[in-house]
Amino acid sequence: MSHHLVEARSLCFSFPDQAEVLKELSFRITHGEAVAVVGANGAGKSTLLLQLTGCLLPTSGEIRVGDLPVTRKTLEVVRRAVGMVFQEADDQLFMPTVFDDVAFGPRNLGLAEGEVAARVTDALATVGAAHLPQRPPYRLSGGEKRAVSIATVLAMHPDILVLDEPSANLDPRSRRQLIELLQAFEHTRIIATHDLDLVRQVCTRTLVLYQGRIVADGETDGILSNEELLLSAGLL
Amino acid sequence: MHMSDALVSPAVGAVMWLSSAGLIAWSARRVKQDLDERKVPLMGVMGAFVFAAQMINIAIPGTGSSGHLGGGLLLAVLLGPHAAFITLFSVLAVQALLFGDGGLLALGANAFNLGFFPCFLCYPLLYRTVVGSRTTRARIFTGALLAGVVGLQLGSLGVVAETSLSGLTDLPPLPFLLVMQPIHLAIGIVEGLATAAVLLFVTSAGIAVHEATGSRRTALVLLFAGLLLAGAVSLFASTRPDGLEWSIESVSSLASSVPPVSEGVSAEPAGALVQSATAIAGTLVTLLVAGLIAFALRRKAP
Amino acid sequence: MGALNQRGIDLGRTDRLAGQETPLHHLDPRAKLLVTVLFAATVVSFDKYALTAMVPLALFPMVVIATGRVPVGYLLRKVLLVSPFAVLLGLANPFLDRGVAVTFLDVPISGGWISFGSILLRFVLTVSAALLLVAVTGFQRLCAGMARLGVPEAVVVQLLFLYRYLFVLLAETQRLVRARSLRSAGPAAQSLASYGPMVGHLLLRTLARAQRIYQAMSCRGFDGHLRGEILPAWSGKETFFLLGWAAYFGLVRGYNLPYLLGQLLIGGW
Repeated sequence: MSHHLVEARSLCFSFPDQAEVLKELSFRITHGEAVAVVGANGAGKSTLLLQLTGCLLPTSGEIRVGDLPVTRKTLEVVRRAVGMVFQEADDQLFMPTVFDDVAFGPRNLGLAEGEVAARVTDALATVGAAHLPQRPPYRLSGGEKRAVSIATVLAMHPDILVLDEPSANLDPRSRRQLIELLQAFEHTRIIATHDLDLVRQVCTRTLVLYQGRIVADGETDGILSNEELLLSAGLL
Repeated sequence: MHMSDALVSPAVGAVMWLSSAGLIAWSARRVKQDLDERKVPLMGVMGAFVFAAQMINIAIPGTGSSGHLGGGLLLAVLLGPHAAFITLFSVLAVQALLFGDGGLLALGANAFNLGFFPCFLCYPLLYRTVVGSRTTRARIFTGALLAGVVGLQLGSLGVVAETSLSGLTDLPPLPFLLVMQPIHLAIGIVEGLATAAVLLFVTSAGIAVHEATGSRRTALVLLFAGLLLAGAVSLFASTRPDGLEWSIESVSSLASSVPPVSEGVSAEPAGALVQSATAIAGTLVTLLVAGLIAFALRRKAP
Repeated sequence: MGALNQRGIDLGRTDRLAGQETPLHHLDPRAKLLVTVLFAATVVSFDKYALTAMVPLALFPMVVIATGRVPVGYLLRKVLLVSPFAVLLGLANPFLDRGVAVTFLDVPISGGWISFGSILLRFVLTVSAALLLVAVTGFQRLCAGMARLGVPEAVVVQLLFLYRYLFVLLAETQRLVRARSLRSAGPAAQSLASYGPMVGHLLLRTLARAQRIYQAMSCRGFDGHLRGEILPAWSGKETFFLLGWAAYFGLVRGYNLPYLLGQLLIGGW
């Protein structure tokens, strides 16, 4: 059994009393793929990502992580497999210190404090933030916040990484470091972003969302060179 | 207005702390029973929101001065009374610790004055009653204004009662009350208007407010218990004018077998001169010694 | 607003001070919290007309300033920013209590002035003790200490969250206020008509943020409990700190030290 698969089958979603946000999405992402989800503001990218972690559940159709459909009952297993990095680091970093923040997930998994510390050190080293554990999150720069946010998720050893606008508000150097980090991961990666240059460097495959539908799904190079498609999807 | 450590006597501070601690323990249990994990971050950011909202001043029409939101009533409407009380307590604790507003011993009194009245009395008995099941703009406005004004009047009454019972100021209770209540009428109106303005905006944005309903019966029980307590205290205070002082004396006399040399003693002029000169000279030397100790420690510190 | 702005900036300073590495900073937060409460209780327990007898208590904040390396200017500025409600009320005493209590060099001093002085001294002592507690402990470690002293988890978690998002929300509000004031030449205070939408907006954003934080927490297995840091154990140092200060406060409360010292100096009788 592999947790690394992500599959959507005719996935639809709408908020109560509102028009559909996601319309009949179907796709299949396999082990180790790096997939970009691009689309104009309001195309449904963030909503799709929240489906992957079960923060929102489909109104019809289904989304599967590994062999399991994402439902209320499978939430716990799904969330062990999927690590989500939220767009705004301030929402993700809420504990008193960086250490406590990275340890939050492992402690909730019920790990012993020794194992927790090992995972924290490991995760912080991976993202190049080994010198930060005692800092409070509000004393970090934008790039450091992003790195620590990713570490909070890595410490839970997920199979699939989901990132929402990871390069937003980063200075050029932090952005380059982020791209190198994302390139190095072997996890299945699903990245929602407006940063087409990042897409080019990290993702082999791209999904284009427009008004809640998938209007293109294929090799990144082909999609990003299709000017007509990008224009119609509001990306140029 | 915040009660301050400089104005409370040990007895008043302790009684108010006991009342507030009881309310906190009870509220904490109720919040836990709710089993609504979403409330954990919600209460946290709402506490920070109260601080943030206090940065924004609101002009009081026709006076040229301005006021700001207190927050107790708004929190009660948005979170329900129990979560609101804990949240407001946390706001007051941060004010006491980080900004020195109020103080650690007066914190109990402040939580009672600014938290208990709006959360546990005004919200369920006034706001909920006025707004009822059919929320209209007019009802929200009336309810918030009424609850805001009454809440601040009760809070101000609390400050006057606590200050007078503590006995550190010589202000006679009645004139003090006559100054405080009108000032807090104005503050209460601002509180009501500000709360109403925010609630009306949020309602018009289509967000459903007050998922929480405070139990009116609990509020009535609390009100009754409060009145009973107040009656007992005032009876005790009137039969023994120095009642509270006496109880403090009896506690503190255990610790102090001191000769009565405080400045309050009047003696024959010459003796008094010697006495006060002695006290002042001694004080200066004490300060000098303390300063030297501090200086030496500072030098020694790495 | 200016004052609060100032305070918002000062929060960072408090945090940096609390991050210093002195033996005082390393003490168990419970010991510092208990001594501070004991200190405030001692101050409050003095008689209404006690003035010089309370002065030796100033040794405690002075020692904390010295050993905790807290800048005096920082503390003074914060004390001056505190709402002077107590001082204003105390100012009534000299007018109401005119009975001469002491005469010093032919100048009669009324009981009112002495009790006013007492209120002032209480104010300065208790306010600085509270501010110093946070400056040498740090807010978060203080919360951990409270939890260990039996404060309900709901309250401790609430304090931690409030403190964390205080920084975020104050910055957000500052941007909001600045953006508004750049577009208006009027006074700093809001009219009621614009107040509702402005604060309402802030509230909606706050509610949305709470929702996002909850999602981020539940993605990492949040189940209603925060599992926090483990404090250093209580050692002999803490016991010494607690008992030492308790004994000193008891001594000051029991004996009028300045007066005894003065007698020694002047010779008395």
